[in-house]
Amino acid sequence: MDFVDYYKTLGIPKDASADDIKKAYRKLARKLHPDLNPNDKDAHKKFQQINEANEVLSDPEKRKKYDQYGQDWKHADQYEKAKQQKSHDFGGGGFGGANYGDYTYSSGDDGAFSDFFESLFGGAGGRKNKTKYRGQDYSAELHVPLTDAYTTHKQTLTVNGKNVRITIPAGIENGQVIRLKTYGSPGANGGPNGDLLITFVVNNDTAFRRDGNDLFKTENIDLYTALLGGDKTIETLNGKIKLKVAEGTQNGTKLRLKGKGFPVYKQEGEFGDLYITWNVKIPTHLTAKQKELFTELQNISS
Amino acid sequence: MEHEELIPVRDFCVHHNIEYSFISSLQDSGLIQITSLQSTTFIQADDLHKLEKFIRLYYELDINIEGIETINYLLDKIEDLQRELKNLSNKIEV
Repeated sequence: MDFVDYYKTLGIPKDASADDIKKAYRKLARKLHPDLNPNDKDAHKKFQQINEANEVLSDPEKRKKYDQYGQDWKHADQYEKAKQQKSHDFGGGGFGGANYGDYTYSSGDDGAFSDFFESLFGGAGGRKNKTKYRGQDYSAELHVPLTDAYTTHKQTLTVNGKNVRITIPAGIENGQVIRLKTYGSPGANGGPNGDLLITFVVNNDTAFRRDGNDLFKTENIDLYTALLGGDKTIETLNGKIKLKVAEGTQNGTKLRLKGKGFPVYKQEGEFGDLYITWNVKIPTHLTAKQKELFTELQNISS
Repeated sequence: MEHEELIPVRDFCVHHNIEYSFISSLQDSGLIQITSLQSTTFIQADDLHKLEKFIRLYYELDINIEGIETINYLLDKIEDLQRELKNLSNKIEV
């Protein structure tokens, strides 16, 4: 664990007055406040750091204790001893963020303070439940393979000790957020619970490229099929299909297969399209016989 | 509109220790909607998270109503841009 320089965090000298501290904190809070930086984890983390610094430096008693430790910081043994004693007195801190298998969740608040803070001052400091009315929102990230996102399926999540069974409709988009009302932290004073916001991270585990409801894939065909026409069986997410390749198909020809793409979110039975691009493979390492025949073709064609 | 989705403004102000005038200023700016039923005013439960954000901006960051209005507009814009960026990065995914 590293020493945290709270003065540096707020960008103020060690002899800063209470007013200087307040001003510096306010200035940084206006820049880094989570409400002003949606989906910016880096800003949220920095906000947590300035909050922690403010919590210590704006409280004369805490500041005094911190300044003393700051001077003695090199006496690591004493510090470690103090830390061990403290760790018996205080359990875990707030509700920061946690990994649970393939999803993570965290409270919408700015999370727990650093280990350094907890060792010095114990517990989660100022991170007591600040709920006055409506409960806090929880956010979760759920990873779903593209093949699973193809069908509607159910999944059980454990959020704060409670099992939440959710239905994930087919066609969910990467980065899409679903709000589950009242599945957040409990409200206070008769206020409603917060919500659970689930952000879906759809990992593409297929050979298809997805753009909204449409799927794209490049398929190889040999030169002879391209020239003379023929059949080609391809894989879709919904099984194999046999396609006709027209005579004289050019390299890069695109084919649109209506309704063979990805399911449309919450529109049962509706699908996007599948676009196949033909890539004509030119033979290499010709045998003597092939070379002879191609030369003959060349001669009669010119 | 269901009655249970409505929160009495007075209750909300008491628990948050805020002035009623703050809520009406937000309404005047079009930032939230207040519903009146039998001479009692209510806010919609769905507006709560937005309203609590405005309270934080006003009381924690000292931002006035005009500032909140501007921030709200810009945050909507950021949200749209983030969505567009996500769609575009989904499009160019290899």
